[in-house]
Amino acid sequence: MRVEDTLAAKRRRILALVKKETRQMIRDPATIAVGIVLPVILILLFGFGLSLDVKNVPLAVVLEDSSAPAQSLMSAFALSAYFRPQVVYSTQAADRLMIDGSVDGILTIPSDFARRFSAGDARVQLVVHGSDANRARIIESYVDGALGVWSARESVADGTAASGGPVAIESRMWFNSANDSRYFLVPGLIVLVMTLIGAFLTAMVVAREWERGTFEALFVTPVRSGEILLGKTVPYFALGVLGLLLCVAAGRFLFHVPIVGSLAVLVGGSMLYVLVALGVGLLISSYFRNQLVASQLTMLATFMPALMLSGFLFDLRSMPAPIRAITYLLPARYYVALLQTTFLAGNVWSVILPNAAALALMVALLGYASRAVTHKRLD
Amino acid sequence: MAAPVVTGEDLRKTFRAPGDGGEVHALDGVSIEVHAGELTALVGPDGAGKTTLIRLMAGLLAADGGSLRVLGIDPAAEPQRVQDRIGYMPQKFGLYEDLSVQENLDLYADLHGVTAQERSQRYPQLMEMTDLGRFTGRLAGRLSGGMKQKLGLACTLVRSPELLLLDEPTVGVDPLSRRELWVIVEHLVRDQGLTVLTSTSYLDEAEKAARVLVLHRGRALAQGEPAGVTRIAAGRSAVLDPGPGVIVRSLQARMLDDPEVIDAVPDGGLVRLVRSGVATPEADRATIAGLVPTPVEPRFEDGFMVLLRGTAAHEAGVDIRLQRPLAPAAEGSVVEVRDLVKRFGDFTAVDHVSFEVRRGEIFGLLGPNGAGKTTTFRMLCGLLPASGGTLRIAGVEVARAGAAARSRLGYVAQKFSLYGALTVAENLEFFASAYGLRGAMRRGRIEWALRQFDLAGHSHTASAELPGGFKQRLAMGAALLHEPDILFLDEPTSGADPLARRAFWRRITALAEQGVTVIVTTHFMQEAEYCDHIAIMDGGRVLAQGSPAEIRGLARAGEGRQASMEDAFIAVVQAARAREGEARP
Repeated sequence: MRVEDTLAAKRRRILALVKKETRQMIRDPATIAVGIVLPVILILLFGFGLSLDVKNVPLAVVLEDSSAPAQSLMSAFALSAYFRPQVVYSTQAADRLMIDGSVDGILTIPSDFARRFSAGDARVQLVVHGSDANRARIIESYVDGALGVWSARESVADGTAASGGPVAIESRMWFNSANDSRYFLVPGLIVLVMTLIGAFLTAMVVAREWERGTFEALFVTPVRSGEILLGKTVPYFALGVLGLLLCVAAGRFLFHVPIVGSLAVLVGGSMLYVLVALGVGLLISSYFRNQLVASQLTMLATFMPALMLSGFLFDLRSMPAPIRAITYLLPARYYVALLQTTFLAGNVWSVILPNAAALALMVALLGYASRAVTHKRLD
Repeated sequence: MAAPVVTGEDLRKTFRAPGDGGEVHALDGVSIEVHAGELTALVGPDGAGKTTLIRLMAGLLAADGGSLRVLGIDPAAEPQRVQDRIGYMPQKFGLYEDLSVQENLDLYADLHGVTAQERSQRYPQLMEMTDLGRFTGRLAGRLSGGMKQKLGLACTLVRSPELLLLDEPTVGVDPLSRRELWVIVEHLVRDQGLTVLTSTSYLDEAEKAARVLVLHRGRALAQGEPAGVTRIAAGRSAVLDPGPGVIVRSLQARMLDDPEVIDAVPDGGLVRLVRSGVATPEADRATIAGLVPTPVEPRFEDGFMVLLRGTAAHEAGVDIRLQRPLAPAAEGSVVEVRDLVKRFGDFTAVDHVSFEVRRGEIFGLLGPNGAGKTTTFRMLCGLLPASGGTLRIAGVEVARAGAAARSRLGYVAQKFSLYGALTVAENLEFFASAYGLRGAMRRGRIEWALRQFDLAGHSHTASAELPGGFKQRLAMGAALLHEPDILFLDEPTSGADPLARRAFWRRITALAEQGVTVIVTTHFMQEAEYCDHIAIMDGGRVLAQGSPAEIRGLARAGEGRQASMEDAFIAVVQAARAREGEARP
C-alpha cells in the first residue's frame, strides 16, 4: 500500500505546517520581540532620536564692512533656522571662538564687500571646523545656499540679472523639499525592519529545529523538504507585511512622511524584498543548523550591509568603486532605491522596474538555493 | 515465512571525528534482519552504532558500504518512499514544546494524511494507551520526561506504520515511565502485529525482544534470540554472600580484580559473579576469596558482559591511592542537610530535603530527570543559594563559609566542564593553580592524577577530543587534585558503557575505603547497590531514605524473585503519587 502523493495531500501537509509555524511564532516571545517590539523601538529611536539634519549651526561672523548690503547679508543668516550667527569685529576674536569650539565656522565679510557687490564680484570668506568632515561639507553648502538665496533676492530687488546660484541649491533639495532627514530615514527604517523579520527570524527558526532535533522526527514522514520551506515562509511573510504596515503607518501619521508614489507599488516591492530576506535566512540556517552562527551570520550578511551599504545612510555614489561594486550584490540596495523613489519621488517606473526585477531575480535564485540545501538528510 | 521487513548486509558508515580529523567507524560491517510482527532490539553501550544503524533505515543517512533494504526499498536511493510508510522516534524526539499535546498529535496526523474518521478511532486508543487524555491541552514542553516520550511514541502511531523504529525510547526516563512505555510497545507487537525495531542501552529491556543484535563499537557481537546471549554465560553465573560485617562493594571490587572473574556487581546484598570458566563439579566446590559461590541462572547482562570482555582488555589495577591520610574522623556527620528548599519563582525544585552523610560513606541520590538532584548538589557546593533550610559541611555552614567549606570539596558536574581547547595536562595545571597548589606539591599532584586515571598517554591531547570515558576520568582527576575530603559526583556514569561504569565504581569504592565521603547522583537503579545509604527523590522531595537493603524492603518481592532496587523505586514513587492524588482529588 503506497500513500498516494496527491495534490490534496500536499495541500493538507502545507496547511498543517503553516498552522504549526504560526502557532509557534505567536507563542514565542522572541518572535514578538523581534517582529513587533523591535520595529516600534526602531521607529521611535530613528524617528525622534536620530537626525542627520544640521540645524542651528553656531557661526562667527566677522563683520568688517558695515554697509547696507553687508548688514542685509548678516540678517539673512540671523533669520535662517540653520544658523545661529554671532557677530564679532576682529579675526582674533573669531579664531578664539573657533578654537574653544563654541562656533563651527567663521564667515568673514570683508571691508570691500559692498563695493565689490555692486561690481558683481562680491566675496566672503568661510572657514569651517573640519573635525566632522560631513558636517563641514553640509555647513559649507548651507552657507553657499544662504548666499545664493540672498544674492538672488538682492538682484531681484535691484532689478539686475540673477546669477546662477539658486539652481545649485535646488538640486540639493530635490525630493526632500523640507530637507528633513526623516523623509529618507523612514524608508531606510523599513528596510531594516524587513531585513530583521525576514532574514533574522527565519534564520533562527530553521536552526532551532535542527538544534532541538525536531527536524529528525519531521523528516521521517510523508512531508517533502519543499513543503517544510513553504511552511516556514508563509507565516513570516505575513509577519513581514505586518511590520511593513506598522512602519508605513508610523511614517505617514507619526512623522508625516509623504508617500508620493502609490501604496500598491510600495507594498508590492516590499513583498519582493521580504521574500529575498526570507530566502537569505532560510539559506543561512539550513546550511549552518546552529542558532548562534545563523543569527550572527545573518546580522553580518544582511543587517549590517542594509544599514551601511544600501544607500540608506551613506550615498552610494560617494563610495569607492570596489565597494560600490559590492553593493550591487546586496538586495537592500535595490529595495532602498525602490522605496525612496516610491516614497519621495512617486511612481518613477524607470527606477522601480529595474530594481523590482533585480529583487525578483534574487527571490528566484535564493528559493532555488534553499531548496537545494534543505535535504531530508542528517549528513 | 515472509521476507524480512529489513535486511542489511555488511553495513559500513564512517564519520570524521571532530577536531583531529580522524575517523570513527560507527558501523563496521554490520548485518541485520528484522522480521514482520516481531520486536527486534539493538543492544549496546553508547557509541556502539545503534543510532547510526536506525538512521540508515530511516533514510536520514546513507551507508558508505553494504546493502540495505527496508520494506524492499533502498532507503538511501528512495528515502521518501520509505519515510511514507515507517514510523520513527528519534532519541531526542522532536516534540514541538510550544505546541500542546493535541496540536503535536494533529500535526503528525495531518502530515500522514490521517482522515477525520480514522482519527476518531485512533485518538481514543492512543490516549488510553499513553494515559495522556487528561493533558491534551498542555504544552508539550510542560510534560515530564516520561510523558514526553509517550507523546513522541503516540505521534509516530497516529497511523499504523509498516515498521516502527525506536531509538532509545527509555533513555533518561524514570523506571516507572520506562515500565509503562514497555507495556505499550509489547502491546503493539503482540496485539496489533506491529513490526518494531528498538535500540536500548538497558540490558534488561533486551530480554523482552524476540531477536537481539548486540552491537559494540560498530561491530555485531551476537545476533539471535536473547536467550542465546544469556546462554553464553550458562554455568558461569553465581552469587557470593559476603557474610556479616563485610561491605558488599569492597568484596565486589576485589572480585573485579580476580582474573577468574569476568564480571562482578553488587546485587541485593550479595555479589553477583560471572566466572571466566564454565562451572564444573570441581570448580563449583572451589572457593573464591574463601567464600563458596552459589550457582544461579544466568541473565542477559551476564552473557553480554562475557561478549564485551572478549573485545576489551581486562582493566586491572585501577586501585586508587590518596597521597595523604585524611584528617581523623570528626564525630557525627560530615554533611548535614536540613529542610533544604530551593524555589525558582513559584516552582519548588527542592522541597524540604534532609539527609546526613558520615565520613567515608557513599551516599546516593536517586531519581528521574527533574527530581531535584542537580539543584540539591549545586546548593551543597555553594554554587546556588538555598531558599531555606540549613546546610553544613564538616560542621561549617555552607552559606557563611563558602570558600573555606569549598576547599574541602571536589565537584564533578554532570556535563563535562573542563576547558575543551586545553590539553589534559593544561587543564590539570589550571585546576591545581585554582586550588592554590604550588611548586613540588603541584607537580606531584598532577603526576598523581595522570597516573591514577591512566591519562599519561593523553596528556597532550586537547580534552575536547578525548573519548567519553577519558573525559570523565579527567574530570575526576581534576576534582581530586586538592585531595578533598568530600567528593560530589553528579550523574557520573550517565552515557558510560558497562565496563567504564564498573571501573568508575571501582575507584569510588577505593576512595571511600580511604575515608573520602562521596555523594553521587544516578538514574541507574542498580548502582544504588554500591551506596551505604540512598535517598529516592521525585518532584523535589525525598520519598524514602535508608540503606539499600532497607529500601529494597519497601517493595514486595515479585514471583519467584527478590525485589530489585527498581521495584522498590517504582513502589515508593507510586505510593507517593497515590498519596498526592488523595490529597488533591
